[in-house]
Amino acid sequence: MRWIKRPRIAFFSLTSCEGCQLMVLNCEEELRELSTRVDVVNFREATDLKRDDYQVAFIEGSVTREEEAEKLKEIRQRAETIITLGACSTTGGINALKNRFSPEYVTECVYGRNPPNRLLVENIPAMPVEEVIEVDYRIPGCPVSKEEFLGFVKALVLGIPPGLPEYPVCNECKMEGNICVFEKGVACMGPVTRGGCRAVCVSFGSICWGCRGLLDDANTDAHRETLGNHGLGDDEITKRFDLYSSFYIHRKGRCTKTTT
Amino acid sequence: MHKDHHIEIRELTRVEGHGNIVVDIRKGTVREIRLEIIESPRFFEALIKGRHYQEVAHIISRICGICSASHTCACLKAVEDALGMRISRRTGLLRELCLCAETIQSHILHLYFLVLPDFMGTHSVLPLLKENPSLMEPGLKLKGLANHISTILNGRPVHPISLVPGGTLHMPEKCELIEIKERLEEATELLHRVWETFRGFSTPGFEKAREFISLKPSSGYGMYDGTPFSNIDGFIEKEDYAHRLEEYVVPHSTAKHAKTGHGTYMVGALARLNNNHRRLTPLARRFLKDAPFSMPCHIPFMNNLAQVIECVHLAEYAIELVDRLLDMGLKKEPPRWGTTWGRGVGMVEAPRGILYHSYTVNNEGLVESANCIIPTAQNLRSIEEDLRGLVPGLLPCSREEVVKGVEGLVRAYDPCISCSTHIMDVEFV
Ligand code: SF4
Ligand code: SF4
Ligand code: SF4
Repeated sequence: MRWIKRPRIAFFSLTSCEGCQLMVLNCEEELRELSTRVDVVNFREATDLKRDDYQVAFIEGSVTREEEAEKLKEIRQRAETIITLGACSTTGGINALKNRFSPEYVTECVYGRNPPNRLLVENIPAMPVEEVIEVDYRIPGCPVSKEEFLGFVKALVLGIPPGLPEYPVCNECKMEGNICVFEKGVACMGPVTRGGCRAVCVSFGSICWGCRGLLDDANTDAHRETLGNHGLGDDEITKRFDLYSSFYIHRKGRCTKTTT
Repeated sequence: MHKDHHIEIRELTRVEGHGNIVVDIRKGTVREIRLEIIESPRFFEALIKGRHYQEVAHIISRICGICSASHTCACLKAVEDALGMRISRRTGLLRELCLCAETIQSHILHLYFLVLPDFMGTHSVLPLLKENPSLMEPGLKLKGLANHISTILNGRPVHPISLVPGGTLHMPEKCELIEIKERLEEATELLHRVWETFRGFSTPGFEKAREFISLKPSSGYGMYDGTPFSNIDGFIEKEDYAHRLEEYVVPHSTAKHAKTGHGTYMVGALARLNNNHRRLTPLARRFLKDAPFSMPCHIPFMNNLAQVIECVHLAEYAIELVDRLLDMGLKKEPPRWGTTWGRGVGMVEAPRGILYHSYTVNNEGLVESANCIIPTAQNLRSIEEDLRGLVPGLLPCSREEVVKGVEGLVRAYDPCISCSTHIMDVEFV
């Protein structure tokens, strides 16, 4: 990654809930400081500017339409660095749950058999950005954590390649002093999920749902067995993996890797 | 002089989600006005089909980042209704507090990040942050406070973690609530400054009578509780709500439009204010008295000021909620179990208006069908109709003025386009 003094950055949003962009706008304290270090030249949700001379593009959302794939290819030609923002663009996220059904079926579900404008509602199976173009860095999470996002921007400004934790959520969960939910007989995706969120969901009384995606070397077979031992049936286990990693499961038939 | 204008605003900026505005004027008459919704549909009904009721709120929350707590609460209410679950008073208060925080943050985001640049003549909030920090300060501080409350209650400002069917997984500490209360009390001064800022801008006086629909509880202003209420028809049974609306697909939008028997209706801050203004907190009522309009108000541009008044109300009401929680004590609320299964309906007031969820849960606890009616989709017809009413009055003006008026109107509605494409009304077979 090349060091750029005052990088021009852009934010693009594909099919998403825009929650990750919102996390960016939630950096109230840091926004001012940020606006002196980088130039935001394209951020539809926040500005009228639509400049194409960006060097870094953050991309939120999954690809669910042909036009979005085309738009991505254009962005790839213009940007030096492409960073995915959130689960939708990194792993396909929640959107990929629809891939269990055919695009025709899901369209019919919402718009009926004869939608008045087929072009507008046409859709393809949901994909992460890396299925369409090369991605340089990935910020996982649904939503992304503010700290991690700011860490990436800081790395950019300093010209240091940003990285992601290669350990499971469990490591941080223990550091946070949580009692493991497995001890209470509740199943959790923490052991196979990439850390970096300080196990916030467990700290707030829930379980890890796996939103940061599977670790590259996740032992999914062993985890399936663990979940089975905790009383989950085959179908329930698949649903757990499906929630945030269904794209990879759907494509490969089994859940082994997060990247191509 | 008659002018031809063909105005296409592609991917309207500073709104949530993707939309185009098309205005076609020939020889001084308006031929066509459309708000095209081009946001990709996300097919949530397919996403949650066959999912366990305990996961549904987690998934459905992802319809929209900006009103995720509202979607979560509407979903939980519907699931609890379907399963015959009752929640404790404490859980109810915590959910109300979440909704207060979410609506304040959403309104402030809209006012300061999306609308203010219009008034200040800048293309975004970024130059204002740099050059006008004292103007921005109350907005940033209030938004920060609202996000702080959400984070204390739910771990983060987007997609709440601790709200589940039948209970609450995380209780805030007493000291955290006391700190929230203190900061809310200090916020009064900031809210005065917000009011001064937005009260000072002039907007078109364009006015159009219409039906207002919002929740109305037995007492209080109502964000979490209440029965749907129309200023024309009075109370509507919540089970009947979906049937009273006619939803229809239009060719230029991935979001459906909706109307009632009376035609166009409006939901959101201005609708709530019109229906429930007598229930505002004392301070909010004083702001309303100072407003450049009186009730009932049919001026869509006043939705911006209605949002400010709601922020004042919600901040004051949130203090009351915190007091009640502190009085009650902060015991853990393990989820309760359901006693039955079937169909349930849940409604809350999201920042942009009345939000309806309904689910059918089968005897294995799996979701069989779902239906959500989302505020912005309910407003789309109203927005288009207002555009048709507004534009002829702007016609002597230059193209730039027309664009400004049109964009300003659409923004005043605070449309959340990402939400509105996620209407679902399927009964699975
Ligand atoms: S990753 Fe989650 S929070 Fe981010 S845009 Fe997608 S659904 Fe929303
Ligand atoms: S609760 Fe989940 S994330 Fe935490 S240690 Fe246990 S398995 Fe890991
Ligand atoms: S604990 Fe799991 S579900 Fe929660 S944020 Fe971390 S990775 Fe995502």
